[in-house]
Amino acid sequence: MQHTLIAKVENIPGVLNRVASLFRRRNFNIDSLNVGRSENPKVSRMTIVIDNNAVDAAKVQSNLYKLVNVIDVQDVTNQPVVSRDLALIKVAATAEKRHEITNLANIFRANVIDVGTDSVIIEITGTVDKIESLMELLRPFGILEMVTTGQVAMLRGKSNGTSPNGHH
Amino acid sequence: MKLSGAEIVMECLVREGVETIFGYPGGATMPMLDAMLNYPIRHVLTRHEQGAAFAADGYARSSGKVGVAMATSGPGATNLVTGITTAMMDSSPVVFITGQVHSTLIGGDAFQETDVTGITLPITKHNYLVTSAEELAEVIREAFYIARSGRPGPVLIDICKDAQIEKVEFEYPEEEVCLPGYQPPTHATPASLEAAVKLIKEAKRPVILAGHGVLMSGAMSELYTFAEKTQTPVALTLLGLGSFPAGHPYNLGMMGMHGTAHSNLAIQNADLILAFGMRFDDRVTGTLRTYAPRAKKIHVDIDASEFNKNVTIDVALLGDLRAILADLNPKLETMDHQEWLQKIQTWVQESNDRDILYWENSDKLHAAHVIHDFWQQSRGEAIVTTGVGQHQMWTAQYYRQEKPYQLITSGGAGSMGFGMPSALGAWFAHKDREIWAIEGDGSFQMSLNELATLTQENANVKILVINNRYLGMVRQWQEFFFDKRYAATPITGPDFVKLAEAYGIPAVAVSERGQIKNALDFAHNTPGPVLVEFKVEQEDCVYPMVPTGAALDEMLLRPSLVRV
Repeated sequence: MQHTLIAKVENIPGVLNRVASLFRRRNFNIDSLNVGRSENPKVSRMTIVIDNNAVDAAKVQSNLYKLVNVIDVQDVTNQPVVSRDLALIKVAATAEKRHEITNLANIFRANVIDVGTDSVIIEITGTVDKIESLMELLRPFGILEMVTTGQVAMLRGKSNGTSPNGHH
Repeated sequence: MKLSGAEIVMECLVREGVETIFGYPGGATMPMLDAMLNYPIRHVLTRHEQGAAFAADGYARSSGKVGVAMATSGPGATNLVTGITTAMMDSSPVVFITGQVHSTLIGGDAFQETDVTGITLPITKHNYLVTSAEELAEVIREAFYIARSGRPGPVLIDICKDAQIEKVEFEYPEEEVCLPGYQPPTHATPASLEAAVKLIKEAKRPVILAGHGVLMSGAMSELYTFAEKTQTPVALTLLGLGSFPAGHPYNLGMMGMHGTAHSNLAIQNADLILAFGMRFDDRVTGTLRTYAPRAKKIHVDIDASEFNKNVTIDVALLGDLRAILADLNPKLETMDHQEWLQKIQTWVQESNDRDILYWENSDKLHAAHVIHDFWQQSRGEAIVTTGVGQHQMWTAQYYRQEKPYQLITSGGAGSMGFGMPSALGAWFAHKDREIWAIEGDGSFQMSLNELATLTQENANVKILVINNRYLGMVRQWQEFFFDKRYAATPITGPDFVKLAEAYGIPAVAVSERGQIKNALDFAHNTPGPVLVEFKVEQEDCVYPMVPTGAALDEMLLRPSLVRV
């Protein structure tokens, strides 16, 4: 089962390296890691997705807490959460296929953000499942290139994403 | 007041109570060394940065204070690496200060530039790169706080040369250090305490596993109360030795690979394991598959990542061991485990029957006898440091620790060459005490250069060399598991007596048990450093031994007692 962790870390140089180094040292294999800004300029936010069959999420969490620059870690897997991934997909598209591809993109509320003579770039935001489904449909046309940002997640409701018991 | 960065470093170190720094100079630390002359801090020049790191570690472990080692950039800093790992693996509070090239040169492969914060990232509790003098006061305060609090450990501060030279306004920040992401836990939750109490009350065959955490949190008297009140025997890890008096009838001695047979049997037959500040290292568990199979497990630790790391536990108590035991003791009633203690006593008798100590004297000199006689003669009151190998295990087995903080040894990292430099560090913390470095001939030869440091400092450190002309621990494994094919383990050495004398250190060599007393008296009565070499039985083994992959109670025991 996949687990999603949200980590709030100090926004200072080297923190990503500390987290990555920890994962390497403890042999934690992760599915995705997204780092970005948060509402507080002093705090960066990481969304870490791991396969709990391969790595124990509680172990990842308790090891992250050992890093002085990690402020808070929360496992939001079993909580009401919205999570989104953003993908850019470049699909081979001759003029006659373009319409069909655009239609598919529209069904998924994805946008065509670039059109070339032989290809288009589609931007899609959503859950990992939704992105996978669109990819499946686009595959017959020929996917030339693809990139995703990795999942970002946020708890629904009033919570500010900090664990209720504070540290640990 | 405007001060240079180097002066700010010294101002902060003095306020942290630092009196001694072990180190080696170089271009990138010169401003700090120069500033040090104007402050009441003594720089002890070792002969290699690794020695400085070990000395700072020995100082920290024997005193409970933060040790400090300093080295220049590049090779100076990389020479610290084994010492940093040693401190990390054994949770020892040491602050390492390294010089770094000018901040504007960083990344340009300047002379003696090395990415030290990168190299030490996985082997420090935390580390800092300081590029401006403005940051220094805050960073140094944080570094000392992080090193000594929570689960202690090494913290490295890499300071650019221009940050040492730059002059800035200095005002010491008096308020407490506040790190949003670093709040060491203290008391365990009431629910976890209740769960623990329930298991303790149900247990019929409990065993306490006392680790380094007992000493680090100063929980010796709480442990004592707990053990007496609940009539629970105490097995100790290598680094836990001294946390419970060796002479107490509940003390089972060291557990694990070279632990006592009775402690390992007790663990394997226990119905409750109380792990107090220990981490179920592979050297104490044997194969995990069959470890303590009938026992529920309560684990007390200040580091949540230790829970369920190696051994699956039933109750986790997160916090400071001393606080937790103080909370736990009043909740427990006096218990009776006489039946269990008597069962263990039969195993103790079997252990004793095989113990070489009870062999009559032969014409052979056994290391165990040397250490036993040394223990008796020093009344167990010396601070003893060790290198790594057979002599280390014999010291753990036969230098019985009645009191805390008297055994200083590299457990987790197993760093050879640790003994003499760490003894030097311990001496600077306890100049009134007798300090002995017990070394093997192999381990000793890894730090020989520090003999000069002992002489220069006229350190009252006695060196006891167990010389069997083998890298004995590896040879022992070869004897048992590699068909006696002694690859790379026969080792020669210098004439240790002449070598010591060349450094101005009085020395004597012993090859018979009858000479031990006189040699030790000579060392005891001669002021300053003295070396005593014991030429022992070459192919002796440390028993018992749990082979790798075997269950804890599948021990190789000393071949049945042959009374000479």
